[in-house]
This record gives sequence, structure tokens and C-alpha cells, in this order.
Amino acid sequence: MSGWKNLCRLLPIVALAMFVLTGCGDPYLSALDPKGPVAESQLSLIKLSFYIMLGVFIVVMVIFTYVLVKFRKRPGQTGIPKQVEGNHKLEIIWTTIPIILLLVLAIPTVITTFDLAEKFPSEDVVNVKVTAHQFWWEFDYPDLEVSTGQDLYIPTGKKVQFQLTSADVIHSFWVPALAGKTDTNPGMVNHMWFQADQPGVYQGKCAELCGPSHALMDFKVVAVSPEEFDTWVGKMKAAAERTPATATAQQGQEIFNKSCLGCHAVGGQGGKMGPNLTAFGDRDKVAGILEYNKENIAAWIHDPQSKKPGNLMPAFGDKLSDQEIDSLVEYLDGLKINE
Amino acid sequence: MAGHGHVAHSPKRHTGLMDWLTTVDHKKIGILYLVAGGFFFLLGGLEAILIRIQLMYPDSKIFIGATFNELTTMHGTTMIFLAAMPVIFALMNAVVPLQIGARDVAFPFLNSLGFWLFFMGGLLLNTSWFLGGAPDAGWTAYAPLSSAFSGRGVDFYVLGLQIAGIGTWLGGINFLVTIINMRAPGLSFMRLPMFTWTAFITSTLVLFAFPAITVSLVLLMFDRLFGANFFDAAAGGNEVIWEHLFWIFGHPEVYILILPAFGVISEVMPTFSKKRLFGYSAMVFSTVLIGFLGFMVWAHHMFTVGLGPVANAIFGVATMLIAIPTGIKIFNWLFTLWGGHIRFTTAMLYAVGFIPTFVIGGMTGVMLAIPTADYQYHDTYFVIAHFHYVIVGGMVLGLFSGLYYWWPKMFGRMLNETLGKWNFWTFFIGFHLTFFPQHFLGLLGMPRRVFTYQAGVGLESMNFISTIGAFLMGVGFIIFIWNVIVTNSKKKDAPADPWDARTLEWTIASPAPEYNFAQTPLVRGLDALWTEKMAGNKKMTPAEPLGEIHMPSASILPFLMSVGLFIAGYGFIYHMYVLIGVGAVIVVSCMFTRSFKDDPGWHVPIDEVERTEKEARA
Ligand code: HEC
Ligand SMILES: [Cu+2]
Repeated sequence: MSGWKNLCRLLPIVALAMFVLTGCGDPYLSALDPKGPVAESQLSLIKLSFYIMLGVFIVVMVIFTYVLVKFRKRPGQTGIPKQVEGNHKLEIIWTTIPIILLLVLAIPTVITTFDLAEKFPSEDVVNVKVTAHQFWWEFDYPDLEVSTGQDLYIPTGKKVQFQLTSADVIHSFWVPALAGKTDTNPGMVNHMWFQADQPGVYQGKCAELCGPSHALMDFKVVAVSPEEFDTWVGKMKAAAERTPATATAQQGQEIFNKSCLGCHAVGGQGGKMGPNLTAFGDRDKVAGILEYNKENIAAWIHDPQSKKPGNLMPAFGDKLSDQEIDSLVEYLDGLKINE
Repeated sequence: MAGHGHVAHSPKRHTGLMDWLTTVDHKKIGILYLVAGGFFFLLGGLEAILIRIQLMYPDSKIFIGATFNELTTMHGTTMIFLAAMPVIFALMNAVVPLQIGARDVAFPFLNSLGFWLFFMGGLLLNTSWFLGGAPDAGWTAYAPLSSAFSGRGVDFYVLGLQIAGIGTWLGGINFLVTIINMRAPGLSFMRLPMFTWTAFITSTLVLFAFPAITVSLVLLMFDRLFGANFFDAAAGGNEVIWEHLFWIFGHPEVYILILPAFGVISEVMPTFSKKRLFGYSAMVFSTVLIGFLGFMVWAHHMFTVGLGPVANAIFGVATMLIAIPTGIKIFNWLFTLWGGHIRFTTAMLYAVGFIPTFVIGGMTGVMLAIPTADYQYHDTYFVIAHFHYVIVGGMVLGLFSGLYYWWPKMFGRMLNETLGKWNFWTFFIGFHLTFFPQHFLGLLGMPRRVFTYQAGVGLESMNFISTIGAFLMGVGFIIFIWNVIVTNSKKKDAPADPWDARTLEWTIASPAPEYNFAQTPLVRGLDALWTEKMAGNKKMTPAEPLGEIHMPSASILPFLMSVGLFIAGYGFIYHMYVLIGVGAVIVVSCMFTRSFKDDPGWHVPIDEVERTEKEARA
């Protein structure tokens, strides 16, 4: 059974995780493998507190084991042990030592809490406005006048500063490898920042229960070099002038403009009820979760509910013919920015 | 006590079902709480197993979407409100009056009302499964998901918890008054057994914490049923208010749950190591301090909400402070064992197993208190692991210990020790298998409350192990039930003091007679019974002559009132004003009857007391 194989594979993982507390898990998902200064500072506090606590645990366990072995009742043992009321010296020791340990922990705690709450002037950062929706993410770059959905493009080596809010319920914006999470509260704006030091596609998650498809509310953070980022921004802005490559795609665009544009924007035009699809062809997931391929795009358009229960996109399987959906897929697949 | 035995009495005793519906005897109410709590524990456990089955492998399609959310919501709500709370009240009812040398609680009628309200509230909540779906907004029911984006299930949550909550609150007040007013002569506060102390502090927390959830549930009810906009940001409301109110209740609730477990450990360890509790006064003051600090730290559940660095830093450091009194307790327990004659009965195994488990839970608690680190832990499996270490590893192990310890006093029968050890080891190993790996799942990027996770990112093996562990815990619990059934078929032959214990409850027969103490005892030291044992006395010195004993009358009114509220609850859920009216009429007429019908109670005559005492000694 594969399960038992898993069991064997696990043991080293647990051991490693316990003693090294770093370097495990998926490099683009794990909080134990930070890829930027924010996640690094968070991991360093995790480690510091873990080591202090491990020390305390070892002390407790040593006394614990000693006591249980040494003072278990032997056969035939009688009499009454000495009834000890307490011991002031001991009690003072185990009150003061924890206080000192907590001070050691409290000082960096307060410092980093203030550090990570810092806000930066717009010149030094890329500003992104995050709006969470049941069950997808909208990203607007107010200074660059560009919008995306699901895929958040950022330049490496530069701070990205977020203003976070929600269009419906509370969600929570989390990219473990880059930074801890911040809630998105409807009617309020929260702030956070992070920075990716290396290019890569980092996984993002919604961390606050937000409805039936909470588990499927994934997104990606695509970190590219600053040059590539600038190119990407330029092309996003020029996307309005793109024309479909084939006649089928052309037909797809017409259907799209009729049936889909009200919710989905492409190249600056269209509604915001659903994700911006300007760069849809570059995604490596459909709706954040399905493998990106034409079958899955078609399947999604056919019946989104079966893929993501409770999501707000209507099914088109009974409104459009298969041939119409195919041409839609061809059109959507052509919506690329990166060639 | 004696003196007015001439009044015409209401029926003295009922039998069978009627006895259970009308009883105001704290010992029977304790059993009712235990049975109801056990039943809900089974339900919540079943929900947990279903959750773990879904998560055993990635991409399972067994319970997804709203169904999965119903399972997690009901698992959490059931375990906290309907399983943990009643079992704690079961022990408090069974033990506290006996430990303080009282004949009952201060308000027996209220005690019964508290139980029936809790039970009817729990029942109402669980009927949602058959009436269109259980609540699915999480046991924390964050608005606006709960107020505007969820179905009727959440109405069941609101009304069920509201009714159950009133019951719990009444119970808390009752125990406060009981402990303050009904202690036997000589039993000063600084001689109170530790379990009674923790019951006292827990009741105080109930008194102050439950109003917060009551208020939040009322606001949620108004939003949902009457279109108010307390939590609707677009209409000028504020959803973060819900989080504050919920956690102003929710954090003390954690201490409401854990303190009585501390109390149990502080009784069991001295008994089975034959030593007095080390640092009794430090134990008392650390309990008080934990209770107090418990109200100061609620926002550590909200570090990611955006309260700002000042609030986060203050609440973070305040939370760390709780580690100090908790650490004091741990070391006091260890040094209680130090130099003792330790006997590893099942009760003691549970108490001993509690220590490392709870220490791990406490340590991850300190780790979670660091706001910036919590940005990573929050709402992930790390938190799930943490609070299960505290609540299951702490409270549930403590409660099992208490059940094995006091079972003879409650039922007159000793639980089987062999089965008990199987029960302990399966449950204990199952527990660690289930929850230890979850710490790492969280850090590797698995949020909580998700019905699936990706394959290939290092999450599969640990989820698999976790599920296996959950099954093992299930086996452990079934062994416990089996033990109860086996024990129940044995003779009632438990001696008064089977463990060579130290406190007052062991001075009277097992099970305790209806009136508890034939004569109120005189307490002459900490560990009242042990004090007498050391002085070479066979029994307590009585503080009063033998006389007829005044008892409260049984009453069906608490049950009827709870049924009334139960009916009115459906009225609110379904907007059926007739039902609200019917329920209200029942409740008000019960209150009227209770207020205007003079009920002097009844007396156990002297000869009956003497007969009972003689039989018990035989
Ligand atoms: C009522 C608004 C609405 C309409 C009309 C609509 N959609 Fe959507 N669509 C959404 C929403 C909301 C989502 C996000 C669902 C989710 O992930 O929870 C979505 C998601 C998608 C996605 C996945 C996007 C991604 O980032 O991976 C595709 C593709 C898509 N829609 C295509 C279409 C097509 C094609 C049409 C027209 C036939 C259409 N939609 C019509 C609301 C709409
Ligand atoms: Cu979400």
C-alpha cells in the first residue's frame, strides 16, 4: 500500500523538521524555506522561540523521566513519604528563569512587530491593491495602471507594498515562502509588504475560511527580474491592441464580448465580477487550481460549479454549443503577454 | 436543618425516567451532564473521523465544499460547547459539593435548569443536520460569512448556542455561590481542594465570558433574522467587532476548559504519589493569575486582522506572560511527584501523560504569541496542532484522569484497570500521531479548514499519518465506552476510599448517599481526610448532631422551560411567530409557577439516615 510507503518516507521528514527546522517542504510553498526578507525575519523568530522552548522542554522532560523512574512505588514499599509543603527557593527559581527567557523573546518580538508594519513611500516600492473575492484574487497596480487576476507579477529585489481589502467576506492573503498572512476585510484596507529575492513562481493561499471553495482559493506570485517586469507592464498596457490570431479565435472573441465581458476584463475593457483575463494564456492553472490545458478551460466554462463549489461564475454548458466553447477556448488561450 | 418537618411535602421521590427529568440532585445532574457530554463527544468525534477520512489522501472527493465546512463547524462547535463544557460540569457537579462538605449546590433548581437548557440547545443545534444543513461558517462564525453569506444552518448555530449558553452561565453562577457559601465549617478558602479552586475560578470566568458571546450572538441574530447591519461594512457596520466579541469570550473559554483539568491533575497526583500538593498557595495564585490574564489576551487570535503594531505587540507580550504561572504549575506537579510513592493507575497514567503533552501545547502557545511569527502560523494546521495539544492533550487527558479517579464515587463501581490502560495507550499514542505532524503541515503551507491539499508539495505522508492517528484515538474512545459497559454490569462494591485519597469526598460512601453527609464534617486542615488519617482518626469529626436532613424538591419545571425555549428557537429560525408564542407561554408559565408555588422541600428522617449509613458500612 502506498500509505505504508508514505509512513516510511515520513520518519526522516519529521526528524529533520524537528531538529533542523528549516529546508523542508516545497521551496515555493513552505514557510520553512523563506525566499525574501519578510519570511526570513519571521522564520528567525520562529527558530528563536523554538530553541528556547526546546530547552525548556528538555529540562521538564529530564525531571519528568527521573521522577517517574526514581519514585515509582516499589513492591512491598510501605510508609508515608515526607509531606513537603513547598520550597521558596525552587519556586523563585522557576518563576524568574521563565521571566528572563520571555524577556529574551519579547524584545525581538516587539521590534519585528513594528518593523514589519512599516509603510514605504511609493517611489521605493511597487504598490499593489489586492481585492479578495469568493474565490479568486484581483490585483491592481495603481501606479502602473495595470490589473491582473490570480497571477501576481512582481519584480525581484524590490519591495512590493500591498493594500488589501475584500469584495465580500473576510479572506486572508498568504504567500508562505515570502511572508505571513494579512486578512482582507470588507470595507477596510490593510497594509503589508514583502520582497522576493529570487525569481520563481510562489504559491499563494487564502487562509481564512471564506465559503465552500475556501480550499481552492489559490493564486500565484510570479517573481521576474526587474527588466522582465518592465517589459511585462508595457505589454499589459498595449494588450488592448492585440487581435486574435485565427478565425476561430476571432469568433471566440465575439462570443466572449457578448457573454463574458460583463464580468471579465481583457485589455482594460470589461467588468470586474470575475478575474481579469488579459494575460490568461500565460497562467499555469485555470481558476487557480486546474491544470492549464484546453480541456480544462472548456470544462470550466461548461460547468464551473463542479470544479469549485459555490463560485460565482454561471455555467455555460447549456447556453453555448461545444463548438462555440471551443472557439472561446482558442481565443482565451491566445490571450498571452509573454511570448 | 431540622425544625420545619411538619409542612405537607411535594412528592418525595420519582422513579425511572421521571426521576431523571425532575432531579435536582447534583450527583444525578452530574451523571446527566456526563451522558449528554459523552453523546456529543461521540458525535464530534465522528465528525472528526470524517474530516480525517477526507484529508487522508490529496484530492479526495468524499466530503467537499459546504459539506466539509459543515463537518468542521459542527466538530468544533460540538466539541467545545456540547462535549467539553458538559463533561467539566459533570465533574464539578459530581465532586465540588462533596469536596466542600455540602449537601447540594446552592441552587439545585437552577442546576437542573442549567443542564436542560444546555441539552436542549445542543439538540436544537444538531437537528440542523436533518433540517436543510448544519452551520458551515466555522465554529468561530466570522461575519460577514456567517451573517450574510451562509444558509439557515447558522441560525441553528445562533439559537442553539444562545440557549445552551444561558444554561452554562447559570451553572457558573451556581458553583460560584455554592463554593462561597456552602463550605463546611473549618474549610477556609486556603484549605479548598485544588479541584474546587479551579471550579471556582472557571465559574468566575464563565460568569464574565459568557455575556460576551451572548451579546455577539444577539447581534448576529439581529443581522440574520431582522436585517440589522451590525456586521455589514457597506451599511456602516463593522465585521471586526464580531471577532473581538467572539474572542473576548473565546479566549477565557480556553481557560474555562483547561483550569478544571489542572484541578484534576492536582488531585490525582497527590493521591497516587501519596504526597501533599507541592506549593499549594503558588498553585492557587497561579490559577487566579491565569484566570485574570485570560481576559487580557483575546486579540492574539487576531494578529493578522490589521489591528496595528501597538496592539499586536501588547497582546503578544501579555500572552507570553501566561507562560509564567503555567510553568509554575508544571514544576509544582513535578515536585509533587518528587520523593513520592508513585502508583500508575489509569487515572495517574492520564495525569502523567498530561504533562509532556500539555507542555508541548504551552510551548507552541508561546511561539504563537509572537505576532510576526503568528502571521505564518495563523489559520494553518500549526494552530490546529497547538490547540488540540492544549484542549485534547490538556483538558481531555485531564478529564479522563478525573473520570477514572472519581468514577467509583459517582457510580459505586471501579472502572476496569486493564481496559483503562488499553484505553490510555491507544488514545495517547493516537493523539500524538494525529496532531504532532500537523505542526509541520502548517509550516509547510497547509491552511486550516481546507477540504483538500495539493499532491507533491510534501503534505501527503503527514496527512496520512494524522488520519491513522485519528482512527487510533477512536479505538481508544471505544475501549473507554466498552470499559463503562463492562463496569456497569459488575456489582456496586466500590469502597468509600478506594485510592487512599486525601479529600472530603472520600469520607462518604461510594456512591454518595442522596444527602451526601449524614453529618456536616468539621475540617481541620488542608486535605481534610488526610489530616484525620495522620491524626489516627478513622472518620471525620462531625460539626453537627445527627438530625433529619432537609432536601430540595424535585421539579419538572426546568425541563419544561427548556422545552419551551427549544420550541421558541425553531420559531425564530423559521420565522414562525406561533411557535415563538407557544414557547414563550410555556417558559413564562413555568416561571410563574416557580415564583408563586411555595415549595419548602422535604426531609430525610433520622431513621432513614441511620439505616442508609449502616448499610453503607456493611
Ligand atoms: C457573472 C459573472 C461571470 C460571467 C458572465 C462569466 N464569468 Fe468567468 N468567472 C467569473 C468568476 C467570479 C470567476 C472566478 C471563479 C473562481 O475562481 O472562484 C470566473 C473565472 C473564469 C475563468 C478562470 C480564470 C482564471 O483566472 O483562471 C475563466 C477562464 C472564465 N471565467 C471564463 C469565462 C468565459 C469564457 C465566460 C463567458 C462564456 C465567462 N467566464 C463568463 C465570473 C463570470
Ligand atoms: Cu478566501
